Amino acid sequence: MTKSNKHEFTVSELAGSLKRTVEDAFGHVRVRGELGRVTIARSGHVYMDLKDDRAVISSIIWKGVAGKLSFRPEEGLEVIAEGKLTTYPGRSQYQLVISKLEPAGAGALMALLEERRRQLAKEGLFADDKKQKLPFLPKVIGVITSPTGAVIRDILHRIEDRFPCHVLLWPVLVQGDKAADQITAAINGFCNMSPGGEIPRPDLLIVARGGGSIEDLWPFNEENVVRAAGNCSIPLISAIGHETDWTLLDLVADRRAPTPTGAAEMAVPVRVDLAEGLARNAMRLTAALRNLLQSREIALISARRGLPKPEELLASAAQRFDFVTSRLGAALTRRIERAKLLLQQRISGLRPNILRTGIERRQLQVTAFAERLIPAANNRLRRQQDRLRSATKLLGALSHKSVLGRGFALVRDERNALVTKGSNLQDGQKVQLEFADVSRPAIIGDGTKTTRPSRKKPKPVAKNPKQGDLF
Amino acid sequence: MPETTDISEMSFETALAELEKIVSELESGNVALEQSIALYERGDALRAHCDARLKEAQLKVEKIVLGGDGALAAESADLD
Repeated sequence: MTKSNKHEFTVSELAGSLKRTVEDAFGHVRVRGELGRVTIARSGHVYMDLKDDRAVISSIIWKGVAGKLSFRPEEGLEVIAEGKLTTYPGRSQYQLVISKLEPAGAGALMALLEERRRQLAKEGLFADDKKQKLPFLPKVIGVITSPTGAVIRDILHRIEDRFPCHVLLWPVLVQGDKAADQITAAINGFCNMSPGGEIPRPDLLIVARGGGSIEDLWPFNEENVVRAAGNCSIPLISAIGHETDWTLLDLVADRRAPTPTGAAEMAVPVRVDLAEGLARNAMRLTAALRNLLQSREIALISARRGLPKPEELLASAAQRFDFVTSRLGAALTRRIERAKLLLQQRISGLRPNILRTGIERRQLQVTAFAERLIPAANNRLRRQQDRLRSATKLLGALSHKSVLGRGFALVRDERNALVTKGSNLQDGQKVQLEFADVSRPAIIGDGTKTTRPSRKKPKPVAKNPKQGDLF
Repeated sequence: MPETTDISEMSFETALAELEKIVSELESGNVALEQSIALYERGDALRAHCDARLKEAQLKVEKIVLGGDGALAAESADLD
């Protein structure tokens, strides 16, 4: 085995030499190709394939560069990349480290834009009936733009010139990779503010950016920005780039302003004009009222002129009154006369004689009754006397006295009580014997024994028990 | 009669439009006297409301600041 004088490398030496050679030879290249698969790693670096119909070169965009890209790299996009070639010795790979990436000419980007526009238009995002009317005089205007640069100052100056109001600036990046997300967040952020919250919710939004290349304006073509603007319930004015530029945001916005200054002009009216118009209206208002009052006054004066004088109005009435009153006296007298006559006719039949004859007639009646009354009364009296006499006679006949007259006597004890049973009387008891003419005292017994009056009743007289039979 | 909307709630534009309507109504002269006074008074109130809205015009610029927790705040903007 002959020993070659050729230099013998280690793998690392060769790989290192290769790396130096490649980096020297291709330290700065500019390459045109189509983007293949694009992967954004979690680290923020972007890995992609750059290809044409026959070859592929792996490419990488470091995080720092990727953040400054004016557009989002997408598969299929034709680009021009600038950078350097380097190798990755650990894997026997070479790759292009891109320091600058731009779409390959407006044509390619325009094609992409057109495709996206057609897609969104089909969804109805740009339809006229979705456009909202701008408020006439917004109280709070939300502006989404870069806090630095001329755009915000142009807007503020113009607003201040026309109608100063409350401006809320939501600062965003207006170009580069992060711009679209920030603009989207700003539109949604304003839209989601609750009315009456701590930060006043704008009643008008302006999204603005100064002029630039189509790549610079690319964030305003991004789908998330366009959709956020389409869903925004606050009226939105877009003012992107110059008048000749257009973006998808312009299509979806409720109004498109040619410039940021133009947006401010659309947003607010000119205060001085309004004040003038107001003053003019106020003057017309006062003048109109004055004219109205004046014309009414004139109408009143002329109407008053046509009005007849009060005396004239009354004259004919007064005349009628006079005429009527003159007839009134006579009419009254006549009426009284007639009434008098009537009265006399009525009272002619009314004389004292009428009363007198009535009274006399009744007096005669009374006398006749009186004459009949006395004999009647006497008759009646006599009849009563007769009745009384016969009753008395009957009474005498029936009285015990008449019995006594026939020889009977009544026995009474000391207490003058009638003795009906002789057995009740004691010997010597005092009694009274009542005869037809007088009463005589007597003593029961044969006269040998006298007793003081006792409770025992004296013996009745023999005939006494039979007294009842007499009646 | 004019609608009796509370004037203080009205936007400038609505108030101005009603004022203009009242002006032309009064200018037409076809208004009853009592009504013309009422119209004038309302017109004057509308004018005062619009006037106030014009006078309160004042530029105030604030900047939205995003807190760490995503909370929003507004602070006076210094743009130079």
